[in-house]
Amino acid sequence: MSLMNHPTTTMKDNTAIRPDFALISQWVKPQAKVLDLGCGDGELLTHLHRQHDIRGYGVEKDDQNWLTAMENGVDVLQMDLEVGLSGFEDQSFDTVILSQTLQAMHNTEGIVKEMLRVGREAIVTFPNFGYWRNRTQILLGQMPVSKTLPYEWYNTPNVHLCTIHDFDAFCQNHDIEVIERKVITEGNMVNFMPNLLGNLAMYRLHKK
Amino acid sequence: MSENNSVGLVAPQSAHFDTPLALKSGDVLPQFHLTYETYGELNADRSNAVLVCHALSGNHHVAGKYKETDKSAGWWDNLVGPGRPLDTNKFFVIGVNNLGGCHGSSGPSNTNPATDRPYSATFPVVTVEDWVNSQARLMDYLGIEQLAAVIGGSLGGMQALQWSIAFPDRIRYALVIASAPNLTAQNMAFNEVARQAIITDPEFHAGDYYNHGVVPRRGLRIARMLGHITYLSDDVMGAKFGRKLRDGNIKYSFDVEFEMESYLRYQGDKFAGEFDANTYLRMTRALDYFDPALPHGGNLSAALAHVKAKFLVVSFTSDWRFSPARSKEIVKALLDNEISVRYAEVTAAHGHDAFLMPDPHYHAIMRSYLAKIKV
Repeated sequence: MSLMNHPTTTMKDNTAIRPDFALISQWVKPQAKVLDLGCGDGELLTHLHRQHDIRGYGVEKDDQNWLTAMENGVDVLQMDLEVGLSGFEDQSFDTVILSQTLQAMHNTEGIVKEMLRVGREAIVTFPNFGYWRNRTQILLGQMPVSKTLPYEWYNTPNVHLCTIHDFDAFCQNHDIEVIERKVITEGNMVNFMPNLLGNLAMYRLHKK
Repeated sequence: MSENNSVGLVAPQSAHFDTPLALKSGDVLPQFHLTYETYGELNADRSNAVLVCHALSGNHHVAGKYKETDKSAGWWDNLVGPGRPLDTNKFFVIGVNNLGGCHGSSGPSNTNPATDRPYSATFPVVTVEDWVNSQARLMDYLGIEQLAAVIGGSLGGMQALQWSIAFPDRIRYALVIASAPNLTAQNMAFNEVARQAIITDPEFHAGDYYNHGVVPRRGLRIARMLGHITYLSDDVMGAKFGRKLRDGNIKYSFDVEFEMESYLRYQGDKFAGEFDANTYLRMTRALDYFDPALPHGGNLSAALAHVKAKFLVVSFTSDWRFSPARSKEIVKALLDNEISVRYAEVTAAHGHDAFLMPDPHYHAIMRSYLAKIKV
């Protein structure tokens, strides 16, 4: 499920990799067992496998994405994340990733809880609704539509958009420890006023 | 699905085995034979063999026709052929009639060489494990040390799973379609009703009907009618027949009133005319008894601890007899063992029968997965 458009940077090996994937990669240990929820065509898992020799599985609901992921050599499982991760044992993965899918989940609390049950660590990334361009559009009296949030209010799959502040509070209220947080805009790190200037938020989480 | 992608005209073959086969029940088959068919060519290093395991009423005739005038081709013809998902230009495909069957392999209707009379009720109760052991003998006979893949739907999927457990070094890929790690109580209940229909038919004669010159047709017919109801979904029965009347008006009788009744009776009659009742009893029992987790205290993950094959598991959304939840149990046990597994839940209206239908997405999955297998 790819809900954003993604700028790409060129890595040393000349394969273009999305900057958010490059950052996720820094949080994954070599040979780790990784579960990617909403893995799309399997690009992230393929990258992690190439870079870290991980043992990866993907979960993807969409037929066409599922087929493409399989053709890309990914062990992909067609399941609906909304019903949870009952098919996975407690703490059976080193890292469980939910990349830019959180905002489209109905069962938002449930999936984060499940990720931390199944994984020793979780990586969650989402578009920051607090980004200044979104705020500007709201100030102008309209729902934000941008490269990052390319949908109109009436057809968006994004039902649970949040800001970085919101997600920080969510973690605090749910006994989730934020091991690390990175915020980027157009592939560049944002350290100053991230909730205003950051487009994409990336969290590395762990159960307290 | 053009005719020119067919394997064309085929012929069954038979292999005889003199070494006794110890069965799970404790019985021994001193000798037996298996009827099988092959499509495509075995390559020089014998690495392209694929075994297709049949379900309850299937047999070795997977693809092609015996003669041009045959009304229908083999039971999984839409999958197997040159350029089809299980491509016979690449693979050497083997179909085999399971032990206890009624299409050539040793079974109740065959003559017991020891007595020169039909085995009838004396033919042992065979299990999925026994079938797989006998299939392994056939692979020895064909000079195939390791199968590229074992494919099966329903009861056939159970055999693919059993292959991976019993012979971890002899199978590289297992394709388990519309199957389950064991039957639920409800599923076994359907089998029991089917068996009771056969056993209580006055012409069953405790399984010795061959010597009475009769066939328990009524029992077989009802068993098959019941089976057909469970293989279809409510939706597809609704779409296919709905409440359509056969003759357009209600006759207030117990003859065929609705189209659905006509269909069931036709299927029942057809089956009763060509299938052996003793075989049907044994096939349903093989389904009931299959439970690889049982020796491991119900722990399927432990049962799969030594599996080396990679898996494709496929289920169909409207299949209530072998529901997606049951396939997911297999997937979970594979995940627990960190085995390579891909799982697809195909949106299909046809219920359990969907695994035999040429649904484009389903066949695209099979085609892609099989295309990646190196031979």
